[in-house]
Amino acid sequence: MIGAITLLLVFQLLGEVLAQGFGLPIPGPVIGMALLFAALIWRGGPSPELRNTAQGLLQHLSLLFVPAGTGVMLHFQRLSDEWLPLLVSLLVSTALTIALTALLLRWLLRAVPRSKEDA
Amino acid sequence: MTPRLGEIWVYLAASPLLGLTMTLLAYQGACYLNRRCGGHPLANPVLLAVAALVALLWFTATPYQTYFDGAQFVHFLLGPATVALAIPLHAQLGRLKRMALPLFGALLVGSLTAALSAVAIGGLLGASQATQLSLAPKSVTTPIAMGIAESIGGLPSLTAVLVIATGILGAMAARFIYRALKIEDDAVRGFALGIASHGIGTARAFQDSEQAGAFAALAMGLNGLMTALLLPVVMPWVIG
Repeated sequence: MIGAITLLLVFQLLGEVLAQGFGLPIPGPVIGMALLFAALIWRGGPSPELRNTAQGLLQHLSLLFVPAGTGVMLHFQRLSDEWLPLLVSLLVSTALTIALTALLLRWLLRAVPRSKEDA
Repeated sequence: MTPRLGEIWVYLAASPLLGLTMTLLAYQGACYLNRRCGGHPLANPVLLAVAALVALLWFTATPYQTYFDGAQFVHFLLGPATVALAIPLHAQLGRLKRMALPLFGALLVGSLTAALSAVAIGGLLGASQATQLSLAPKSVTTPIAMGIAESIGGLPSLTAVLVIATGILGAMAARFIYRALKIEDDAVRGFALGIASHGIGTARAFQDSEQAGAFAALAMGLNGLMTALLLPVVMPWVIG
């Protein structure tokens, strides 16, 4: 488990160094994810240890958003001033994005011919 | 002993132990409630845990910064967890290659819809410009969204809250939208939820299936990149 965590942190660190070094607008962890993805393609897949650790971490992904979400208490003033545009905007925009993306992707998957093995 | 309770609280509030333990307890309690509701999307664990913590901090007059000094250890794990998303992604490699073109089309349209519709609706209903700019990256995972908000002139800490609200709303609404539109493919369901609702949508998609989760993770990562590239170019043009 320690080995797998070390590996994840090393890739995150690599991502941060690249992001800072080249002044990229993309955060380090996302670059780290892309690098690890490339490494997994090159290596042919994760070790069982890495797979288990990732699974454990991702199983409770929701937990990791709780501290930032609690930051809502810093914005009570603005939220109470602008609650209507914010609420309607978030609700409609999120539902619209889900519906439009899903319908378009389903349509594109039918329209674009696929290779034989998927038929 | 009771008169000393206040002093004990003051002592504990000064160490990271309390914020960290509170976060884990609130989350465990929220997960328990979610299970009692049969995993219903409206009983979202992030929403329940945040509500409990805000109530507790409010009631005890504890500043957010004091709480976050402890909770930052949980917050920090967002980084390695983002990196770890490469693993479920790799498991879908075969399907990803075959679906590359449709996925790219859906990504482009989904990414623009998420940002522009939020800004347009906010603007129509009279949101201030700072609020509109903070809304633009709402569908992107927290660390990227905060970076984008800063670069286009929004308020990063407000964006963090809007991002999490978006994640919760999407995770709550997706099942009903998919039922109404008869979307049944787990890959499509996961991808659309990942575009609209980043990590919280991804966490929700993993509850449905490994495949839905992997496509949500892919969508989240790609939408982060796409939005980070598009918004700094598009926004000055839209807000004008």
